[in-house]
Amino acid sequence: MIKHFINLEWKQFFRSPQWQKSIAIKILMGFFALYFIVVFLSLGVGIYYIIKKQMPNADPLQVVTDFLFYWMLGDLMMRFFLQKLPVMTVKPLLSLPIKRSQIVHYVLRKSALSFFSFLPLFAFIPFSLVLIKEGYDLKTVLTWFFTMISIVLILNYLNFIIESFSSKTSLSFLPMLVIAGSLFALNYFNIVSFSSLISSGIMAIVNNPILIAVPLLLLIGLYLYNFKLLESNLYIDGSVQTKIKEVNTSDLSWTNRFGDIAPFMQLDLKLLWRNKRSKSTLPMLAIGLLYGLFFYPNPAYQGKVWMYAFVGVFSTGIFLINFGQFIPAWDSSYYKMLMSQNFKYEKYLKSKFTLMTLSVIILFVLGIPYVYFGWKVLAAHFAAAIYNIGVNSHVIMYGGSFNRKKINLDEKAAFNYQGTGAVQWLIGIPLMIIPMALFALINWLVNFEMAIATLTIIGLIGIVFHQKLMTAITNKYLSVKYKMIEAFNQEN
Amino acid sequence: MIQVTDLTKNYNETTVLNIPNLEIKQGQSLGLVGNNGAGKTTFFNLLLDLIEPTTGKITTNTIQVDKSEEWKQFTSSFIDESFLIGYLTPIEYFYFIGELRGQNKSDIDTFLLQFTEIFNDEILGKKKYLRDLSKGNQKKAGIVAALIGNPEVIILDEPFANLDPTTQIRLKKMLKELVDNKDVTVLISSHDLGHVTEVCERIVVLDKGNVIKDIQTSEATLKELETHFAL
Repeated sequence: MIKHFINLEWKQFFRSPQWQKSIAIKILMGFFALYFIVVFLSLGVGIYYIIKKQMPNADPLQVVTDFLFYWMLGDLMMRFFLQKLPVMTVKPLLSLPIKRSQIVHYVLRKSALSFFSFLPLFAFIPFSLVLIKEGYDLKTVLTWFFTMISIVLILNYLNFIIESFSSKTSLSFLPMLVIAGSLFALNYFNIVSFSSLISSGIMAIVNNPILIAVPLLLLIGLYLYNFKLLESNLYIDGSVQTKIKEVNTSDLSWTNRFGDIAPFMQLDLKLLWRNKRSKSTLPMLAIGLLYGLFFYPNPAYQGKVWMYAFVGVFSTGIFLINFGQFIPAWDSSYYKMLMSQNFKYEKYLKSKFTLMTLSVIILFVLGIPYVYFGWKVLAAHFAAAIYNIGVNSHVIMYGGSFNRKKINLDEKAAFNYQGTGAVQWLIGIPLMIIPMALFALINWLVNFEMAIATLTIIGLIGIVFHQKLMTAITNKYLSVKYKMIEAFNQEN
Repeated sequence: MIQVTDLTKNYNETTVLNIPNLEIKQGQSLGLVGNNGAGKTTFFNLLLDLIEPTTGKITTNTIQVDKSEEWKQFTSSFIDESFLIGYLTPIEYFYFIGELRGQNKSDIDTFLLQFTEIFNDEILGKKKYLRDLSKGNQKKAGIVAALIGNPEVIILDEPFANLDPTTQIRLKKMLKELVDNKDVTVLISSHDLGHVTEVCERIVVLDKGNVIKDIQTSEATLKELETHFAL
């Protein structure tokens, strides 16, 4: 049976229309993975000697164990934001003579084999080997090592549970941030010392190996809970029943002042508001807006003027990046209909552009209080906002013409977590790095004022040539029309 | 009205559609029948410029569909559920389509009055999104939307499938009225030979992409078709 499942996924991967594109992204992801592997590996090999050098009297195993709380918190966050839950198209399988439990077991076990489960091993294995080499008791080291493995798996299934709950709400990651943040704070201010609790717990296991039963039981419990959770979702009406909600129609007539693009703007606003998949981009706005608060008060970034452009582009452009990169895939499920309707394609794109521009302006205005951290911050945000409107909006819309992946807004599949993985963030990188690099370079070569002027002028050039750029972008979209229709017609 | 010339569509090496010549006069109603894979939907997709012809061309009103977009002004269609916008309510969807076709809200409200019976209180005023409607009701909404804005060419792919018997009969009546109106050209495909011979003046039978029969509907047509398909 497992063989069949693997076979199905293999085919799904290689037969999807955009597999070449996802290969390119996979290669990029590969580099990131390699980077982390190298970091973890060197940490695993070197940490023993670093601790010995820094704190000659301390026991390296004890020190490492003391810090495990932070690793667990970090690992959980990393999994939450980056690990995609294993997706499997289950609906066609449900009516076949396959036990439900088999499907669920497969999905759950596959999740344990994720990269994020292997990554810590790159540190733990060499560290354990070093411990043995340095004369630690073999039994102690092995017990410690297996405790670590069970913790890795516990985190994996814990994340699974958190995600399946948070995916039901639109503010999915805010509770996660709050919980992780408060755990960290409680620990940091020594109100409840989780790190020493966890450390003494692990040390107790190491001293008394029979206690490894505790994490193992916890692991089994989590696995079974996941199992129940998923199995109960394996009915096609599981999601349907809660799904039919009363429609809340809101008055969008204010968009009429935008003239002939108004119908599309209303459509876009409804799209954003009424689909879970798109709604999840809205809380991002808060994150983007508050992003500067991570930076500006932080003494480590004090006086690092070159960072301002980055924060500016990010915080005024967060909606642009999140919404823009899925143009026109947002409309993929009814793209055929749009293409046979009587309207100018340019108006369709213009509506998206207007929406993104409005978001940049609103986010900039809401970000004006950053002036508290100095007028330079505000000036940089202003330049970044102009750059976002003039350059990034056009770039991301041009990039959209390469979109070949359908977005399923209806979230009918029980395991639908599309577009919530790491890839989403990769696309935004060039949009932020280029202005930052440019800004930093001119700031370094000339001065701050020139750097601001450069970004603003480039942005203004983009705005001046808006019509020309839109025509070019529209032509690009029209030239790939048939390919898009074909790709959007395919499920996954 | 519609002129098809040397039209072929190949996927890799296989030809899925090959129509050397087909002329559809204004006001004519044409029924397209054929087994699965005969090329009905492919033909409609070509007519709507949703796929590219391998060779040849289609012109409606002397406009070549893959060269200019002017034909969109007088053509409307409903091919399948992917023509619906799932997160809109039916009425919002009608308004949206209406706006694209130059109809304001009160035009649409008046237009919809004639469908009160067909809608059977299940489509309007229900506060449900299109995606939450049953397949049959979705189809009703899609077909009605295709009639918005007095189109001159109406293309419906299997309009009778998934509909309840009452609606099938009503739809038939409606289509007949459209057919009697000599300005509107109607193209429908169907697997239901009875319905299609009742509605259409002309039946074209496709088989593996080729036109193998082209008949003016008469009393004998239904029998003829039934014998043809009863192989």
